[in-house]
Amino acid sequence: MKGLILRHLKNHGMTLLMCLATLTVLLPLGLVFAYIVKMGFSSVNADFFTKIPPPPGEAGGGMANGMVGSALLIFCASALGIPVGVFGAVYLSEYGGSRISTVIRFAADVLSGVPSIITGLVAYTLLVVPMKGFSALAGAFALSLIMIPIVLRTTEEQLKLVPNSLREASLALGVPLWRTTLKVTLRSALMGVTTGVLLAIARIAGETAPLLFTALGNQFWSHKLTEPIAAMPLQIFNFAISPYDDWHRLAWAGALVLVVMMFTLSLAARSFGARKKHS
Amino acid sequence: MNAKVQLENLNVHFGKAHAVKGASMEFPENSVTAIIGPSGCGKSTVLRSINRMHDLTPGAQVTGKIVLDGRDIYEKGCDPVAIRRRIGMVFQKPNPFPAMSIYDNVIAGYKLNGRVKRAEADEIVESSLRRVALWDEVKDRLKSAATNLSGGQQQRLCIARTVAVKPEVILMDEPCSALDPIATLKIEELIEELKEQYTVIIVTHNMQQAARVSDTTAFFYLGELVEYGDTKKLFTNPEQKQTEDYITGRFG
Repeated sequence: MKGLILRHLKNHGMTLLMCLATLTVLLPLGLVFAYIVKMGFSSVNADFFTKIPPPPGEAGGGMANGMVGSALLIFCASALGIPVGVFGAVYLSEYGGSRISTVIRFAADVLSGVPSIITGLVAYTLLVVPMKGFSALAGAFALSLIMIPIVLRTTEEQLKLVPNSLREASLALGVPLWRTTLKVTLRSALMGVTTGVLLAIARIAGETAPLLFTALGNQFWSHKLTEPIAAMPLQIFNFAISPYDDWHRLAWAGALVLVVMMFTLSLAARSFGARKKHS
Repeated sequence: MNAKVQLENLNVHFGKAHAVKGASMEFPENSVTAIIGPSGCGKSTVLRSINRMHDLTPGAQVTGKIVLDGRDIYEKGCDPVAIRRRIGMVFQKPNPFPAMSIYDNVIAGYKLNGRVKRAEADEIVESSLRRVALWDEVKDRLKSAATNLSGGQQQRLCIARTVAVKPEVILMDEPCSALDPIATLKIEELIEELKEQYTVIIVTHNMQQAARVSDTTAFFYLGELVEYGDTKKLFTNPEQKQTEDYITGRFG
């Protein structure tokens, strides 16, 4: 009887410990989000979404150019990164020989571990220097370098989950391998691939370092790919380290909008993943 | 009877393992040939080399000849995709495309290869489903998911899908091993009917099944073709001691 009570005590003790650990994980997230809402919410208004930043010392204004800039950067980075990542994954999972696949996988893992500031430097060296100027293109290139390994590895994992019997069913009907890959294998993995892509987008949406000496930032409207462009994370960074209170307020509002955006993307990715499990 | 498919000194290696050792035999046209033998004897390997499915298995190497209508399907310039259109395959576990409806599964061989006219597709779907005696069971729910069907129905659907592309030879890799006795019976009746139009080659674990459905039987043991011939003769009066031991249940 005594042993039983001791076991119950141990059981409850361990459960408590695990609950505390969970709380410790959740608490910082809750605190960060609550603080950003507290500081930023009052400055999120119509102006924030429609106007460009004011000159130093003036109140009002917004980050419209940064939002458009970020959207453009993400779009271009995706246009570059998603095809390379997805096709690379198809090669690894459907066509690759073992030797070269190992090398590519290792390279992708290293690439995803490279500090993002270094990625920015690579883009600087490869694009900014020869083009003699900072540009949205260089920023998008740097972001796509971050995207590729994420998309590549998640897509490969998803493709590997597609049962071989489906590929065989298609091949046995006299469907060529490339059509089988496109219409059966990739189609079956589509939900999972979409999840991976959304997570990659959420990841690059908040990247600041790779943009510092590529996209550079811009106080005004710009949508030329060959010119410096504004981006939300850059604006937040610049405004946060500036000495002006109005700019600080904008930075908080920007942080809030960015965090909400990334939450939404992650949730969307989750729901895609969940839907896949049910079907 | 004409030989539709012939093996001439067929050898299959997986890396260093020698899975099929110099098999030579004939599969007569419009008849059912069963391949029997204990697990790992190379019978599925033989089957999968006949429609060049083994091209895709890393490390698999096929030597010797497999002759289809007088032409070696492993000769240079012979397109494996074209071969697979002439030699269909039904697998051990029913494998309908899970994201597709019953209708789309039957027409998959056409749709995956491009477009097909609506009227033509309707006709192919109906005739193929009738061919496998599934039409009456599913005609009112052609648009529902194929995975809602029972295992036996799914397997008949897979046969319909194979029949739809009008092959000449149908390979079956233990098509009933995942099915209950009633579903098995239906598939066996179907095989009997299919041989009027097609050459059927079936791999089976089940000796009674081989005896029931096939005209010719081949017995493989440890990668070697031990004996092949008329099913009745092989099961009642085998020439080889090994065959006799196997069919009387002394091993395997």
